[in-house]
Amino acid sequence: MTQLMNENGIRCDGRRVDQLRNISIKVGVLKNADGSAYIEFGKNKILAGVFGPRDVHPKHMANQDSGILRCRYHMSPFSVTERKNPAPSRREIEISKVIKEALLPAVILKDFPRTVVDVFIEVLQADGGTRCAALDAASIALADAGIPMRDLVSACAAGKVADQIVLDINNEEDQEGQADMPIAYMPNLEKITLMQLDGILSPSEYKKCVQTGINGCKLVYEMQRKALMDKYFTNET
Amino acid sequence: MANSVILAQLKREQILELLKEGKRLDGRGLEDQRPLSIDVGVIPKANGSARVRLGDTEIVTGVKIQPDKPFPDLGDKGILICTAEILPLADPNAEPGPPSEEVIELARVVDRGIRETEMLDLHQLVLIENKSVIGIFIDSSVTDANGNLFDACSYASVAALLSCTVPKYEIQNEAPVLVEGVTSKPPVKTIPVSVTMARIGDHIIIDPSSDEEACMDARLTITTNTEGNICAIQKGGIDGFTLEQVIRCSEIALSVGTKIRKQLEKLM
Repeated sequence: MTQLMNENGIRCDGRRVDQLRNISIKVGVLKNADGSAYIEFGKNKILAGVFGPRDVHPKHMANQDSGILRCRYHMSPFSVTERKNPAPSRREIEISKVIKEALLPAVILKDFPRTVVDVFIEVLQADGGTRCAALDAASIALADAGIPMRDLVSACAAGKVADQIVLDINNEEDQEGQADMPIAYMPNLEKITLMQLDGILSPSEYKKCVQTGINGCKLVYEMQRKALMDKYFTNET
Repeated sequence: MANSVILAQLKREQILELLKEGKRLDGRGLEDQRPLSIDVGVIPKANGSARVRLGDTEIVTGVKIQPDKPFPDLGDKGILICTAEILPLADPNAEPGPPSEEVIELARVVDRGIRETEMLDLHQLVLIENKSVIGIFIDSSVTDANGNLFDACSYASVAALLSCTVPKYEIQNEAPVLVEGVTSKPPVKTIPVSVTMARIGDHIIIDPSSDEEACMDARLTITTNTEGNICAIQKGGIDGFTLEQVIRCSEIALSVGTKIRKQLEKLM
């Protein structure tokens, strides 16, 4: 068992309790996709590609009044220590659903009836907190595709490790920590669009954990915004 | 298809009008649960079982207990697996075949509630470390789907577990052998209670019916334990919650949970 936090409150990967892992984001990395993004979130490496609005197949899924959003979260077989079976697991199907429901409040699809916007997420390397990092990339890929949006969706987990509430749980902390709470947030609309919890928290720890997660989402938001600005507003005269 | 969309919109307007006066379509208050009835031991061939009715929603859950190999990285713990299925007879829209996203989510949220509260002491279910353990399989069948399957399946699973008897196994020649006629109570540490809330407009209601689910903005399922902690959460639905709303929801989950836990405690 690894020691998750030393006596100075420094975590196993050298971070403070309120510190995010290093994040780098690139926008527009795929040629074929209408919008795309690549994120490195600590050791996580994740690609997101968006297609649409385009025709819906199968047709019965189409909505006459609005476009629909579909989402597929998938982990590459080589992304984790033990090879993962490439067929979608129950975990991946659930995560695809919660990611879709985290993005839905942000996208405006009313003007695209009978169409679909497809979001494909591929986790190339996983190291704890993949659903949040995946959401961060997917949200930027949607913006890159020019889908009308009310806000960006920024995601980050908080949790409890060595009896402390900490920001951005890594893989070791996820495996051996006391609680993991992934949160997605629309920073301008101040709305939580994804929230899950595994682990035991007292009511006061719960409040602190939600607040810590939201603060993390706001930090991620600044980086997402910068990545979009770098692509669309540099070299302009 | 188009008709059902219009109907849902009309119903939403009607539901919202009523909520402004603190009322609901079926006459309940915002934080009133539908009547909950729990019968245990309904399937004698299972090691534990329960039929739960939550309003018009009905669930049958069975617990089967048998020796198994432990998970490779969890050799010092018994196995606990919850599943859920919406039977085709439960809902005109349900079809036989591979489980939908919704059903997979349902099973995983019920499982998470029982696992993360640490309801059972799984260390007590080991026969030979890393080799042989007792597996507890909790399978829920939705027989009538009329809203809030999360809580109904969770109560049925917890009730079936609380009322189950664990058969005794002895190791002979390194293999587990059933000892006839000897059973024990399951190693229960705490009682998880799931409370599902829906946000419609600015209103938070508990235990949504199918009509309310069809027009809700967002959903939050919170599972608490006997000690008053929050142990598992799942947000769903097409919109979000504010910080104030998720804190309010945790308070509702704790207070409503206490009432339901009293009903479950009687089964021990």
